[in-house]
Amino acid sequence: MLTIDNLSASVEGNPILKSLSLTVGAGEVHAIMGPNGAGKSTLGKVIAGHEEYDVSSGSIHLSGEDLLELDIEERASKGLFLGFQYPVEIPGVQNHYFLRTVMNAQRKTRGEDELSAGDFLKSLNEEMKALNMDADFKKRAVNVGFSGGEKKRNEILQLSMLKPSLAILDETDSGLDIDALKVVAEGVNRLRSPERSFILITHYQRLLDYIKPDVVHIFADGSIVKSGGPELALQLEEQGYASFGVKA
Amino acid sequence: MSEAIHEQVAKQDYAYGFVTDIDTEIIPPGLSEETVQWISAKKKEPEWMLEFRLKSFEAWKKMSEPNWAELDYPKIDYQAISYYAAPKSLDERPKSLDEVDPELLETYEKLGIPLHERAALAGVAVDAVFDSVSVATTFKDELKKAGVIFMPISEAVHEHPELLKKYLGSVVPRTDNYFSALNGAVFSDGSFVYIPKGTRCPMELSTYFRINALNTGQFERTLIVADEGSYVSYLEGCTAPMRDENQLHAAVVELVAMEDAEIKYSTVQNWYPGDDNGRGGIYNFVTKRGICAGARAKISWTQVETGSAITWKYPSVILKGDDSVGEFYSVAVTSKAQQADTGTKMMHIGKNTKSTIISKGISAQKGRQNYRGLVKVLPKADGARSFTQCDSLLIGQKCNAYTFPYIEVENPSAQVEHEASTSSVEEEQILYCRQRGLKEEDAVNLIVNGFCKDVFRQLPMEFAVEAQALLNVSLEGAVG
Repeated sequence: MLTIDNLSASVEGNPILKSLSLTVGAGEVHAIMGPNGAGKSTLGKVIAGHEEYDVSSGSIHLSGEDLLELDIEERASKGLFLGFQYPVEIPGVQNHYFLRTVMNAQRKTRGEDELSAGDFLKSLNEEMKALNMDADFKKRAVNVGFSGGEKKRNEILQLSMLKPSLAILDETDSGLDIDALKVVAEGVNRLRSPERSFILITHYQRLLDYIKPDVVHIFADGSIVKSGGPELALQLEEQGYASFGVKA
Repeated sequence: MSEAIHEQVAKQDYAYGFVTDIDTEIIPPGLSEETVQWISAKKKEPEWMLEFRLKSFEAWKKMSEPNWAELDYPKIDYQAISYYAAPKSLDERPKSLDEVDPELLETYEKLGIPLHERAALAGVAVDAVFDSVSVATTFKDELKKAGVIFMPISEAVHEHPELLKKYLGSVVPRTDNYFSALNGAVFSDGSFVYIPKGTRCPMELSTYFRINALNTGQFERTLIVADEGSYVSYLEGCTAPMRDENQLHAAVVELVAMEDAEIKYSTVQNWYPGDDNGRGGIYNFVTKRGICAGARAKISWTQVETGSAITWKYPSVILKGDDSVGEFYSVAVTSKAQQADTGTKMMHIGKNTKSTIISKGISAQKGRQNYRGLVKVLPKADGARSFTQCDSLLIGQKCNAYTFPYIEVENPSAQVEHEASTSSVEEEQILYCRQRGLKEEDAVNLIVNGFCKDVFRQLPMEFAVEAQALLNVSLEGAVG
C-alpha cells in the first residue's frame, strides 16, 4: 500500500526528515508516536505533498504510484487523505457544498462522472447519522464556530465520505474530551477495512486505547527509532520516551 | 454558462475585449456649449431638454473635479474626449429588431445578450445601449400591455415629457457633483422605466451598456419611477473593448419609489479593467441615488463590480417616507492594478426607516480598494435603524483595502451598528482545499465565493450564476 524509502526532507534549509523508511500494508493501522517537535506532522505533510517542504532524497509510493511526481490535489484523488491537526475554517461555504465540490473534483481528476445530488445527500445523511451528527451540521459553514470536537468529527465525516485508501490523521485526538474522542475512534474503527490503511500521528497513548494499532513506531529526530506491536505504546506510556533513548 | 465564460477567459483574459467594426458617426473631441447644443439638436430635443443640458453645463464649468477619494490616476483632459458616437445605421432609429444592423446584433450575441426576443433570456426584457445610443429594446409590446414604460430615455423625452420634466434631476440635482453635472450636459441615452400604480412588472428589466468607439466617453442616464404599490427588478450589465487608452464613463442613475413601491436595482459591472500594469481601462465615475419618497417604500442596490481601472461610485438611498427601507449589497473586486473607492450613503429622514449595508471588498495583485460609506440619521428620524457589515478580503501581499465609515446621528432613538473585518485568503485554507482534491484556482474561487455569499443571494437567479463566473474570471492568475 504505502512504501516510503529512505526519505529526507527539509524546510527552508533545515532538515526535518532524515532517511526515513516506512511500509504500511493494506488494511493496517500504524501509530506514529514521538515527542513534540520531532517532525511527526512534517511526515504527514510531506506524504500529502505540501510544497513548503523540499524532498532531497528517497521515494514515496502509494499503491505503486510515485507520489513525489504528483501535486497535492492529485495525490488526494489517488486516495490519500490527511486529517488536519487544526482543521481550517472556510466562511460562507456550507459543509455539504464543500463536501460535494471536493468529491466531484476528485472524481473529475479520476475521469469519473459527477455524483448526483440525490446519491450524494443519501450517503451524507447515512454517514452523519453513523457519526451521531445533527442535521444542521450540513448547512453550517466549514468548521466556522465549531468546537474542537466538532472540527475533528467533521474531519472524520470528510474521511468517511471520501473513502481514501490511506488516511493520515495528525493529532486527531488533541483537544478532545473523552466523549468526543470515543466518537472519533468509533468513526475510524468503523472505516477500517482490508482496503484502507491508517497512519495515526499522536503524542499520547490515549487514542490507542480506543483504536488498536497493528504497528507502533517511535519517532524521534526525523526518523523512526523503534517499531513494534501495540505493547510498544504501553511501554512508552509507562517508561517515557527516555527509555527509548529519546529526549522528550 | 459559468463554464463557458471561464474557459473563454482563461484563454483570453478579458473575453469582451473585442472591437466591433461598424460605421460610426463620431463628433470631434472637445466640450463646449456648441457640443451640448449639437447633441441636443442631433436628438431633436425640445427646448426644455436643451435648457436642462445647458444649465448642467454651466454648473459643471464652475465646479472642479473632486479629489477626496483615495484614487490615483492621471489628470483627465475633458477636451480630448469625444462626447457622441453612434452607429451610422441607426441614424433613422430602427422600428423593429429586423432593421438593426446585423453586425450590432452579432456583437450582443458575442456578449451573451441575445436581442432576438425568441432567443432572449426567458422573461427578461433588454435595452441595449451601444456607445451613445440605444440600439434595441425587447419585449416592448408585452410590457406595454402591463402599462409598463421601458424605453430609451432619448425616446421618452419625446413620448413622456411630463414624466421626465417631473423626475429627471429630481433625485440627483444638476449641481450635485462634478460628474453628474457633466452627465447632465452631454448624456446621450440610457433607459427610462415607469411602473404604474399597483403594478408588478411582469418580467426582469435589463440594460446592457457597451462602449465601442475609440476615445469616446459614455454618459448614460437612467431614470426609474415606481408608482405607488408597484414593484420592479432591474439589472444593468456593462462591457467595453480592450484598449490601451483610458475611457471615461460618467453615468447618472435616479430611482424614485413612491408609497409601498419597491425597486430592486442590480448591477454587474465588467468594464475593461486595464492590463496588469494599469494601462488602459475604463474610468468609472458614477452617481446613483434613489429616493423612497413615500411610506413603506423600498430600494435595494445590489452590485457586483469586477471591471474598470478606476471606480468612483456610491449608490445611495434617501429614506424620506416613514418606514421606508434602503439596502446596499456590494461585491467589488480590484485585481491587476485596479482602484476602487466605493460604498453607499443612507440618509434617514422619515420615522422608523431602516437601512442595511453589506459590503464585500476583494483585493488581489496590485488592487486597491476603499469602502466609503455614510449613514446619516436626521433629527426627525425617530426609531431609525441601520446595520453595516463591511468585510475586506486580501489575496496576496501587494494589494490594499481601507475602510472609511462615516456615521452622523442626530436623533437619540436611532440604532446604528457597524461591523467591519479584514481577512486574507490563507495559505492554510488553500492547502486544506487542495488536500481534499481541489485545484488551487478552484480553491481560491470557493473561498472567495463563500466570502461573497451574502451578496450573491440578493441577485436574480440567472445573474447570480453570471456574477459568480465573472468573479472567478477576474481573480484568475491572482494566486500562485
